[in-house]
Amino acid sequence: MNALLSATGLEFGPRAAPVLRDVSISVAPGEIVTLVGPNGSGKSTLLRLLIGALAPRRGKVHRARGLRIGYVPQSLVLDASLPITVRRFLDLPHRVSDADAAAALEQSGATGLEGRQMAALSGGQFQRVLLARAVLNRPQILILDEPTQGLDQPGQAAFYRRIATLRRDLGCAVLMVSHELHVVMSATDRVICLNGHVCCEGTPEVVTAAPAWRELFGTGTGGQLALYRHEHDHAHEAGGAAHHHHHHSHAEG
Amino acid sequence: MRTRLAAPRITITTIPTPKADMLDDFLIRAGLAALGTAMAAGPLGCFVVWRRMAYFGDATSHAAILGVALALGQGIAVFPGVLGTALAMALAVHALSGRGLAHDTVLGVLSHGALATGIVAVALTGGVRVNLELYLFGDVLTVTRSDLAWIWGGAALVAGVLAWRWRRLLTATLSPDLAHASGIAPRREALVLTLLLAAVVAVAIKVVGALLITALLVIPAAAARGAARTPEAMAVLAGGAAALSALGGLWVAQWLDTPVGPSIVCVAVTLFAGSLPLRLLAGTRG
Repeated sequence: MNALLSATGLEFGPRAAPVLRDVSISVAPGEIVTLVGPNGSGKSTLLRLLIGALAPRRGKVHRARGLRIGYVPQSLVLDASLPITVRRFLDLPHRVSDADAAAALEQSGATGLEGRQMAALSGGQFQRVLLARAVLNRPQILILDEPTQGLDQPGQAAFYRRIATLRRDLGCAVLMVSHELHVVMSATDRVICLNGHVCCEGTPEVVTAAPAWRELFGTGTGGQLALYRHEHDHAHEAGGAAHHHHHHSHAEG
Repeated sequence: MRTRLAAPRITITTIPTPKADMLDDFLIRAGLAALGTAMAAGPLGCFVVWRRMAYFGDATSHAAILGVALALGQGIAVFPGVLGTALAMALAVHALSGRGLAHDTVLGVLSHGALATGIVAVALTGGVRVNLELYLFGDVLTVTRSDLAWIWGGAALVAGVLAWRWRRLLTATLSPDLAHASGIAPRREALVLTLLLAAVVAVAIKVVGALLITALLVIPAAAARGAARTPEAMAVLAGGAAALSALGGLWVAQWLDTPVGPSIVCVAVTLFAGSLPLRLLAGTRG
């Protein structure tokens, strides 16, 4: 199957200390791919390279001809001087019918917010409106950058269930960055573990068993990742983890 | 140039044709010039406010003084001279901003550097007899028919381009990343706004003068903010506020015998002050 979106040999950042090096990735139609990795591992940078917001220093990004991307950024700071209702926000960059706008809001769990000012939305509502805008214009791929930031755990779980439903209804591929691996795992076809380069990649089961994975999450990146490991591995080594320092492992690339 | 500026007053006093053209009245011409400028400056001013380009506007309009000097030196019309230098400055700032250099300090250097250089250059080329105030604060009462053609042509161009690219400009303004994902190049849209800004400077220099062009961009948009719930409404209201300021300022200037450009800006500031309660209401409404 032809990839919707692929990249080969991406390199980005200063030559001496590249943010990304030799990253290759490809997303096939309809598949859900989750990017995981510690803070500063280049996950958002990779997404921004893929949508064309950044230009790689080396390597190539290939998007299928006329690819329709639905992008949900990590955060969006609206200037207070710019008034805009949810309804008008959905009209960018292409005007949509009221019926389509209402349907997209419903699909995204933001029913009836049309008349509200974007600036007056709560964090969760804002994320759902961003998602609604992304699913308009029938995207072939949804690209989500930590879409559940600022949501509580039930909110996160609901968000990922919604993504799975959207994938089923729209038939689109999904590429997302997530920290909440324990929540997102069940809804993922493939996990790519990133730390400046692709450490390991595969189905959730394969990846979590890989040495590179253990290495990465043994470094005590904290929070959700440690929690995941703790819950599912029963390897109580969070304290001792700080001792063996992470070194890049290419074995599983 | 100096004779051109004197021409309108001669026209109204010496050619009282029985069937006088409406445009023979210098006040009508002034009103039309101010209206045309307002209709371009109001909506474009919204982008200046949204994108925080006020200093950028200053640099571009101050460069216009240099254009005046060049035009006087070359003996060409002022409009093309002003448009040329404003364009050059706008493009320079645009290029710098692409390298992350267009911060306050660089813009401050460019803005005031252009202003000072322009004033010195006018003094060198025109001698003492050129009235610099004309270009610093505008003199809409001396607008000629050909000036009007430039002003309305420029204003129509600005309004037309804004309407044509509205959604793209707005998307790029909201979020460059969202624009990229939708296949819109935000840098290109920024360049479009840069060019439109230069056009508005050329249109407005005779109406409010180089020093107050940014005021005509920013203040009506700021006044419109409180009453607007959508970007489109804000653009329309800003155009309205600018038009009201233009005509109101002209009227005030005739009434109190004050300079027109600053009077226009004073009316705009009054409108802004009047809009503040609306803004507070909008704030509590959420």
